[in-house]
Amino acid sequence: MLGMNKKDTALMIVVAILALGAPILLNPFPTESAMAQFNAGYPDLMQRFAIFGIFAIGFNILFGLTGYLSFGHAAFLGVGSYSVVWMYKLLDYNVIWGLPLAVVTAGAFALLIGYVSLRRSGIYFSILTLAFAQMSFNLAYSVLTPITNGETGLQVYTKDPQVLLGANEANSPHFFGLVMNSSSKIAMGGWEFTFNNGYYFCAVILMVMFYLAIRIFRSPFGMMLRAIKSNNTRMTYTGLNPRPYALAAFVISGMYAGLAGGLMAAMDPLAGAERMQWTASGEVVLMTILGGTGTLIGPVLGAGFIKYFENIFSKINDNILHGWFSFLPDGLEDFVVFIIHPFIGKGWHLTLGILFMLVVIFLPGGLVEGGQRLKKLVTSKKDDSNNTAKTEPAE
Amino acid sequence: MDAIILQILNGLDKGSAYALIALGLTLIFGTLGVVNFAHGALFMIGAFCAVTLSKILTISFETIDPTQKDFLGNPLVVKTPYVEAWFGPEFGAGLIDWAVPLSILFSIPIMIGIGFIMERGLIKHFYKREHADQILVTFGLAIVLQEVVKYFFGANPIPTGAPDALTGAFDFGTLLGFDPNTVIYPYWRLVYFFFAAAVIGGVFAFLQFTTFGMVVRAGMADRETVGLLGINIDRRFTIMFGIAAAVAGLAGVMYAPINSPNYHMGMDFLVLSFVVVVVGGMGSLPGAVAAGFLLGVLESFASMNEVKSLLPGIDQIIIYLVAIIILLTRPRGLMGRKGVMEE
Amino acid sequence: MGILEVKDVGKRFGGLQALSDVNLSVKENTVHAIIGPNGAGKSTLLNCLVGKLIPDTGSVMFDGQSVLGRKPYEINQMGISRVFQTPEIFADLSVMENMMIPCFAKRDGAFRMHAIENMHNEKDIVEKAEAMLEDMNMADKKDMHAASMSRGDKRRLEIGMCLAQEPRLLLLDEPTAGMARADTNNTIDLLKQIADERDITIAIIEHDMHVVFSLADRITVLAQGTPLVEDDPQNIRGNPKVREAYLGETG
Repeated sequence: MLGMNKKDTALMIVVAILALGAPILLNPFPTESAMAQFNAGYPDLMQRFAIFGIFAIGFNILFGLTGYLSFGHAAFLGVGSYSVVWMYKLLDYNVIWGLPLAVVTAGAFALLIGYVSLRRSGIYFSILTLAFAQMSFNLAYSVLTPITNGETGLQVYTKDPQVLLGANEANSPHFFGLVMNSSSKIAMGGWEFTFNNGYYFCAVILMVMFYLAIRIFRSPFGMMLRAIKSNNTRMTYTGLNPRPYALAAFVISGMYAGLAGGLMAAMDPLAGAERMQWTASGEVVLMTILGGTGTLIGPVLGAGFIKYFENIFSKINDNILHGWFSFLPDGLEDFVVFIIHPFIGKGWHLTLGILFMLVVIFLPGGLVEGGQRLKKLVTSKKDDSNNTAKTEPAE
Repeated sequence: MDAIILQILNGLDKGSAYALIALGLTLIFGTLGVVNFAHGALFMIGAFCAVTLSKILTISFETIDPTQKDFLGNPLVVKTPYVEAWFGPEFGAGLIDWAVPLSILFSIPIMIGIGFIMERGLIKHFYKREHADQILVTFGLAIVLQEVVKYFFGANPIPTGAPDALTGAFDFGTLLGFDPNTVIYPYWRLVYFFFAAAVIGGVFAFLQFTTFGMVVRAGMADRETVGLLGINIDRRFTIMFGIAAAVAGLAGVMYAPINSPNYHMGMDFLVLSFVVVVVGGMGSLPGAVAAGFLLGVLESFASMNEVKSLLPGIDQIIIYLVAIIILLTRPRGLMGRKGVMEE
Repeated sequence: MGILEVKDVGKRFGGLQALSDVNLSVKENTVHAIIGPNGAGKSTLLNCLVGKLIPDTGSVMFDGQSVLGRKPYEINQMGISRVFQTPEIFADLSVMENMMIPCFAKRDGAFRMHAIENMHNEKDIVEKAEAMLEDMNMADKKDMHAASMSRGDKRRLEIGMCLAQEPRLLLLDEPTAGMARADTNNTIDLLKQIADERDITIAIIEHDMHVVFSLADRITVLAQGTPLVEDDPQNIRGNPKVREAYLGETG
C-alpha cells in the first residue's frame, strides 16, 4: 500500500491507530480512580508526544542512518518556533503561513550549518554543530533581540500589524478556523476523553512525517545513507560522493526539527531562546537512542516514553509516595520515600541522566532492541537455529 | 594602550580556567582516547569543594547572650563557628576566611578519588566503543553529577569569597607608568592566573621529568608499542585520569570567588573548553594551554565597547567563530600533530 | 599508448623519498602486476592512482585524461575501481544491498537525490545486482548480513561490487593477503575468469609470486620507490637484477 511492503504498512497502521486513538488509549483509568494520575490523555501532553515524535523521527534520519551525531538540532527547533510566531505577528493566527516558513527557514539554516559542519566527521562534527547551536543561542539572547525578543521570548502583542486578521477570526492559533486550543470532551461512564483540535493537527502531521520517514528509509537514498555509516571508504571508492548525501540528510532532519518547533508555537503562540539550548539537543539524542537508533518506530517510542515519564515524575511528590507505600511499616515507608525523593518532582533530570547512561551502557539498541531480545527469548525455545546471521531489518 | 593591557589581563583568568580544563580534556583524550563530556562537571565539583569546605568551617553552635537583645526584644542568639571555639577566635576566623585556598588541599584527594571511580567504574568499559557512545555516556554522567549537586546545594549560585587580604584590587597601571586607576586588576584574578600557571607547569614537569610521565607520553604517541614493551599502560592511564580530574577540580576550587558556583557552571565551561581543545589541536597539551589563554584574551577583547559597536554580538560568538574557522582551515588545530584525528 | 600512463611520478614524505621517477604503462586488456619488496612504494603508487595521495611530481593519465587533483569518487567514476587489501564492504548492509550500491553509482553518478523512490521500481538495478551475485556464485547468500560472511566471500563480494561498476581498470591491492591456499587458488581462478571473459584491464599489486605468475601478462618490479625493470613474466623470472632485489630475498 502506498509503496510500502507488508511489514511497513502494518507498522504505519499501528502508528495511525496509536496516533488517532491516543485520547482514548492513553486514558485507561477512570477519572475518579486512584490510577487516574497515570493517564496521559491530556491535550498538552499528547501534543508534546506528537511534536517530539516528529523531532526525533527527523533526528534519526541523520543520526540513525548516517551515524553523524549532531549536538545542535535544537537550533532548528528554535528557528521554527520563531518563524511561526513572526507570521502570527505580521499576518494572522492561521498556522498555514508559519509552518511552511518554519520548514523552509530551518532547512536554509540546516543547509548553511550542515555545509560547514559536514566538512568534518566524528567528534569534530559533533563539536561543530554544538558550536553553531551555542552561537545561535547566544545571538538569540543578545544582538538578535529585535528578532527574538531576547529573554522575554517572542509573543504576539495587540500593537502587532496582523494584516490578515479578520473581524471574526479567532485570537489564538488556528488552521482555517480550526482553533488549536479548543477541545471537545466526551464522558463515558467513569471515563472522560478529551479530543483536542491541536493534538489531532499534530497527530496527522506526525503520521505524514512517519510515512515520509518510511519512504526515505526504504529508498535508494536511505540505503546510501546507511552505506555512509557502514563504510565511508568503500562509498568513495564506489564513485559516490558521501557529502551531498549526508548534507541532504542533515537538511531533511533540520526541516523535521523546524516543523516540530513550528508546531510548538502552533500549540502555544510563544517562542523562546531556551528552546535552542544544547541540553535540548541532548534530549532529542536521548529520545532517539532510548527508542532505538536507526529503527523507524524507535524515536517515536523514545519521545513518548521520555515525555510521559517527565510528566509523571514531575507530578509525583512526597505525599503521593507516602500514599503508595503506606502498606509498609512506618520506618520502612519513610526510608523508601527518602530514597525515591531525589528522583521525582524537580529531580526528573537526575532520573533522565541515569536513564541516559543505563541505555547507552546496557541497551545501545534501545527499546526496540530490548523488545527484539525479549521476543527472541520467548521464541528461541521453539527454534534456535534459524535466526542467526540474517539481516536484522530496520523496523 | 592601557585599555589593551586591561583586556589582556581580563582575559587571563577566564583563559586560565579554559586552559586548565582543556589540559585535562586533552590528557584524557590523548591517553585513553575518550571524549569526556563530564569533564566540565569535574570543574563544577571542584568549585563545590570550596563551597563545602567553607560550609563545614562555618558550622556553628548557638549560645544566648542575655546582655544583648535582638530587634524583637528577645535575648540575642549568637552563632559561633566551632573552629573559632576550638582554635581561638582569631585563628578560627582566619581559617574561615581562607577557606577557598584551604580547599585546594581538601579537594585534591576528593577529585582524584572521583576520577578513579569514574574511570574504573564507567569510562573503562567505553575504550573500545565508538566516540559517539563515549560522548553520550559521559553526557549522561554530566547531567547526573550536576543534578546531584543541585539536589544538595540548590539551584542558586552560592557566593564564596576570597580571603579578605586578597579581595582588593591592584593598580597595575601605575607599575607601567599609566595614570592611577586606569588598569585595575583584582588580586584574586592575579592569584588565579599564577595558580593556573603553577598547576600547568606542574603537570608538564611531571610528564617531562618523571619516568611515569615519560611512559605516559610514549603511550600517548604510540600506545601499542608501549604495550608491547610489557609496560602496564592502562594502570598509568587510570592515574592520569585521576590527575586530569584533579586539575579540573583545582581550576574549579579557585574559580569559586570569581564566579559564584552554581550547578550548571560545568556545562557552560565544558562547551567552551571543547572548542579550546579543538582550536589547540586534539591531543596536543601545549596547544590546549595556548589556545585556552588565546581564546580567553580574544573573548575579553571582543567584549570591549569599541569592538562591540563595530561588530555587534561578536563577544557572544567570537570563540565559536574562531573554532569554526580553525576547524575548516586547519583541522589539526594550532599545534596538533599532522594526521591525528584530522578526519 | 596504454590505458594508464604514469610519467615521472615522485612522492616524498618528510625525509623519505617514497617514489621517484616512476614510469609505467598499462596496456588495455592485460593483467599487469606490480611487485617489489616491502617498502618499495607499491601502496604509495596505488594511492597516487586512485586519488588518495597526490604525487609531488609527474603525471598520471587514465584513458588520455589526468587523474591528478581529482577526488577518489571522481576517479572511480572515470572507470577505475579498487579492491583493498582487507575487503572493504558495507558490513552493516545485506549482500544484495552491497551489490546494488555500485549499480546505482554506475547508473546515477556520484549523487542523486532519489529519496522517496521505491526500491521495487528500480528493476534494472535489482536485476543487474542479482545477475552479478549469480556470476560471483553467491546468489544464495543474497539476504545475508555482509559482516557475517567468511573472508573469502567478502573478497569475492568486493570484487563483484567493483565489476558491477563495469570499470575499465580494476586495481587490486594484494587480493590474496592472509588467505589460505585454497582461497588463494579460488581467487586466482576468479580473476583469470574475469580477465578472460570481460573487457577489462587489471593492475595487481601482489606479494605472492604464485599469484603473480599465474595471472600477469606483464610485470613491473619496483624497488626503493623506482621501477627496476618491466618485462614479460618469463623474462622476469630469469632477470638477475630482480633476483637480487626481490626474489633472492624471499627465495
